[in-house]
Amino acid sequence: MAYKLIGKNFTPPDIEAKVTGAARFAEDFRADGMAHVKIWGSKMPNGRVTRIDTSAAERVPGFLAALVPDDVKQPDGAGQAILSSQPRYFGEPVVAVAAETEQAAADAIAALVVEMELLPFVVDPLESLKPDGPNAFSGGNVVGSGIDLQTVKWSGRDFALAGEGELPRGNAPLEWSFGDVEAGFAAAKVIVEESFVHASNSHHAMEPRSAAAYWEGGKCHVWGSTQSTAFAQPGLANLIGIPLSDLVFVAEYCGGGFGGKAGAYPLMALPALMSKKLGGRPCLLRVSRKEEYDNGYARGGFQGWAKLGFREDGRLIAADVFVVQDLGTTQGFPDFNNVANATSIVFQPESMRFRAVPVMTNTVPKGAQRGPGENQTANMIEPLFDKAAAELGIDRVAIRVINAPGGGGKDAKFGKAQGPVSSAYLRDAIEKGAEQFRWSERVAASRSRDGSRVRGYGVASAFHTAGSNGFDGLVRITPDGILHVHTGVGNLGTYSYASTSRIAAEVLGYDWSRVVLEYGGTARHLPWNLGQFGSNTNFTMTRTNWVAAMDAKAKLQEIAAAVLGGTPEDYELRDERVVATADASKGISFAEAAQKAIEMGGKYSGQQLPEDINPMTIASATAMAGSGLIGVAKDTLPKVGTVPALSASFVEVDVDVETGKVDIRECLTVADCGTVIHPMGLAAQVRSAAVMGFGLAHTERHIYDPAYGRPNARALYLSKPYSILDVPADGLHWAAVDQPDFENPMGMKGIGEPIQGSASAALICAISDALGGHLFNRVPVVTDMIINAAEGMPQSHKPLATNTV
Amino acid sequence: MDVMHNFELYQPGSVADAQAVLKDNPDAWIIAGGKDSLDWFKDRVKQPPALVDISGIAELHGITAQEDGGLWIGATTTLTEVAEDAAVREKFPMLAKAAGLVASPQIRNLATLGGNVAQDTRCVYYRDGFPCYRAGGNTCYANTPTAMNREHTMYEASRCVAVTPSDTAPALVALEAVMVIQRGSRQVEVPASEFFIGPEIDITRMTVLERGDILLGVKVPGKWAGSRQYFEKAADRNVWDFALVNVAMAARTEGGKITAASMVCGGVQCTPRRMSDVESLIVGEAPGAELEGLVKRVAARGARPLNFNHFKVPLMQNLAARAVRSLAV
Repeated sequence: MAYKLIGKNFTPPDIEAKVTGAARFAEDFRADGMAHVKIWGSKMPNGRVTRIDTSAAERVPGFLAALVPDDVKQPDGAGQAILSSQPRYFGEPVVAVAAETEQAAADAIAALVVEMELLPFVVDPLESLKPDGPNAFSGGNVVGSGIDLQTVKWSGRDFALAGEGELPRGNAPLEWSFGDVEAGFAAAKVIVEESFVHASNSHHAMEPRSAAAYWEGGKCHVWGSTQSTAFAQPGLANLIGIPLSDLVFVAEYCGGGFGGKAGAYPLMALPALMSKKLGGRPCLLRVSRKEEYDNGYARGGFQGWAKLGFREDGRLIAADVFVVQDLGTTQGFPDFNNVANATSIVFQPESMRFRAVPVMTNTVPKGAQRGPGENQTANMIEPLFDKAAAELGIDRVAIRVINAPGGGGKDAKFGKAQGPVSSAYLRDAIEKGAEQFRWSERVAASRSRDGSRVRGYGVASAFHTAGSNGFDGLVRITPDGILHVHTGVGNLGTYSYASTSRIAAEVLGYDWSRVVLEYGGTARHLPWNLGQFGSNTNFTMTRTNWVAAMDAKAKLQEIAAAVLGGTPEDYELRDERVVATADASKGISFAEAAQKAIEMGGKYSGQQLPEDINPMTIASATAMAGSGLIGVAKDTLPKVGTVPALSASFVEVDVDVETGKVDIRECLTVADCGTVIHPMGLAAQVRSAAVMGFGLAHTERHIYDPAYGRPNARALYLSKPYSILDVPADGLHWAAVDQPDFENPMGMKGIGEPIQGSASAALICAISDALGGHLFNRVPVVTDMIINAAEGMPQSHKPLATNTV
Repeated sequence: MDVMHNFELYQPGSVADAQAVLKDNPDAWIIAGGKDSLDWFKDRVKQPPALVDISGIAELHGITAQEDGGLWIGATTTLTEVAEDAAVREKFPMLAKAAGLVASPQIRNLATLGGNVAQDTRCVYYRDGFPCYRAGGNTCYANTPTAMNREHTMYEASRCVAVTPSDTAPALVALEAVMVIQRGSRQVEVPASEFFIGPEIDITRMTVLERGDILLGVKVPGKWAGSRQYFEKAADRNVWDFALVNVAMAARTEGGKITAASMVCGGVQCTPRRMSDVESLIVGEAPGAELEGLVKRVAARGARPLNFNHFKVPLMQNLAARAVRSLAV
């Protein structure tokens, strides 16, 4: 179908402000009389505060107030506190102070006396699972989504049975299977069995989680950094301790989140609580880079084991996967579940057993990070497919093609329940990529040498769920004829808040220049939307905007019928007019219809609203009632299958076996993202995901000295994400399958996460290829590991040790 | 906490004025580009009461030719200027390359050559505020059975396992540069090979610079101008990274044989490490596979790796071999 806006490039409305520096982030908040807030973070990995003496801090000129743990609400169970009297990781906030200036606040923090008693701590999940291993939390060491807080200890026999370098496999609180796994292994031609480690890694958001707040008229005004404008509000209101209706929230820009700012987080509430103590005075908490590393979350790491059984033709007929997840100090994010989901959808095993043990450690809290679990899966499992391909003597693309879901995905199965998917074209993506990359031709040069440089090729796939439903859409046509699309999803930086809004304009036939996007805060009257995370935005928000636009369309037709006679079915939308299908000269403009909607009132201008929409949407629509034609609806469109975002990447590298230097020459990623809404946006996502994925695969460091339990990479130059100067300027390519999803009215689904994982895993596979198929079974594959492998030397890392890279 | 302490800031316009300020403020800290200094202050690990900003002293800035065919490079000359200067690139290409591989373009635009050679070590334990020997304490927190020593030393650990982080330092030592220091009323000239000091001499500093000293600049003698030169930095990333190991070499060849060589390695001990075994091996020899093999045998002799850093042994060997290999072309 030919679209007017869909599939076309455009400039999102916030681009100019970002480029010129006019954009105002939370940290840019300023107000007369603003106080500055600073935090005192724990110097211990696990401790109990025995004494807080603020007297010296109070003598610092400009000191205003201090907040201690007793002043704030404490979380249940293993939740993350705003201020804690039993901090469980280095840097966890214990005390906050406010002062007239930031300098005075910092001086007051320096003058604080906080005495703590050191408690046993652990930075390696396997250490906590040992019979006498410490627990990171007094209430237990294992918890997770669907797993009650409990203490799990494996026996000495469990550890002895595993032997050196193999993951011990004791009792797991989560275990399920489908198919006959043992029969599958019995029938397998080749079985690959490996243990592996995937490091945690920080989010490195350029904007730290600074926040500002003040109270006025009984309402709390908060400026925060979040991916999710609407979705973050209930959690933030809860942290502050106010009803949602008393929160005024501004989050127009987000300087990076990558999952770490998916919802509300404790530091965002701190200025509001301090402001309350100061009688509503504006307060700004500026979070430093080190404090961001201390409190900014990280991807959950894994220690794992997998046994994969392949048929002679490369088909995966049995998979047995066991993972131990590093949760950090809280319940973290259920990456472990996504390991299972990703394994099941990307490789479509005929039988599978899955076991998982999520374990708390005294390390930075773990949250969702781009492809949480799924992208680690790609990095951990894809190299094993290369090993299987080698043993079976088949091509590495071929073994992926035979296993990948494709052709639309009617036969694809997902997860534990082996349920359906909304569409799947991974096989098509691999085949398209192989052709465009000229895989068959180029892979002949695999392991060719130019001096000390060895050529390597890698191919890999990845997955993430890519869409949800049940949220609300809200549009408004004002009497000037302008379409206002209200979008509460958030402005993470992907620009999909804008591109998904174009669906409403497309449905109504609008010229884009006459559309205003309303986003960035409660004052914009936002509908209840899911957050901008989980690669869901394209699918979820196009559906909500579609249903709202369809509601507006129906109302336009009804108004035309009321004004001009006939029935709504007699009218259609054309050039921002409602015209009679039989006689286009008979009609009214959208502007006139909007004015008429105000006159008609009721459902047409927001006085009457659907009963099934969320209270947040009701509040927003009600606030705008009488100001134009209101289109509002809940997404009740059919949704049966899991929506899978899928991608395949192809990487060419040269590895210098003398220096460990990896030179990425080219990367191609093919996205299965349904109908492409915004090609330029997709291109930017694919390229930046590759850059981020390469860091995940190759350089990023997340280190704790086990003797002190302190993080050793609390700076960008120490934690080493990839930069634009680490990749080839013109070597990151993209393509899309561009086949519509079956459960989205315009065929869209998300893509943001797997494109990182497939690029990351393809790089790991390419490095291994250059090194003769050497399996590192540890991610990231850093320089020293490459040198050691190339030189035939042992690796430095103790087997299965984590938080050492 | 990312908020600097209060300090007095002085911005003298001449070396004499700077000296006067330093005399009145004996605990003052000299700053120019600030790329090493500001992190210390923002973290409040070091809190000097006064800063003397020498970036505005014209006589400390710039690159000029010397009568012996060498160059004078003022201490506050930025690394970008060093990397892009035509004379440096012509006479001492390895210094230009070393300067151009420091950190990132933005940092090189501000960071100075003087700061790059005078900078403190990047041991994360030390910089994180651990009260170690180098910080005036009585232990080394990085020299333990479980320490994270990937970036640490393999040679001459003496109560401290930190290494020199500089990329230009090995190049300057290999070029037999001379550091010119204003010390009181005297100008003291210190060979680069003696400018950097290890913990066995003074564990609290990395160079011979004493309180009140001002590094004026660097004389790069004409001796190695136009020689065959090589610099390579092995690091995790292309930009914004310190060297895991780097190597700098100046050499001359005649008739297919190496007639003179000066080779220095960084990132393996507290000071740039002269590879004298390699130098003595290769002079008089013809570059080639056999010589490279011999170079690898001797390049890392005596290395005593710590946790996680035994990869530096082959890396050091390979970088030395690659330097020699460059002479065969």
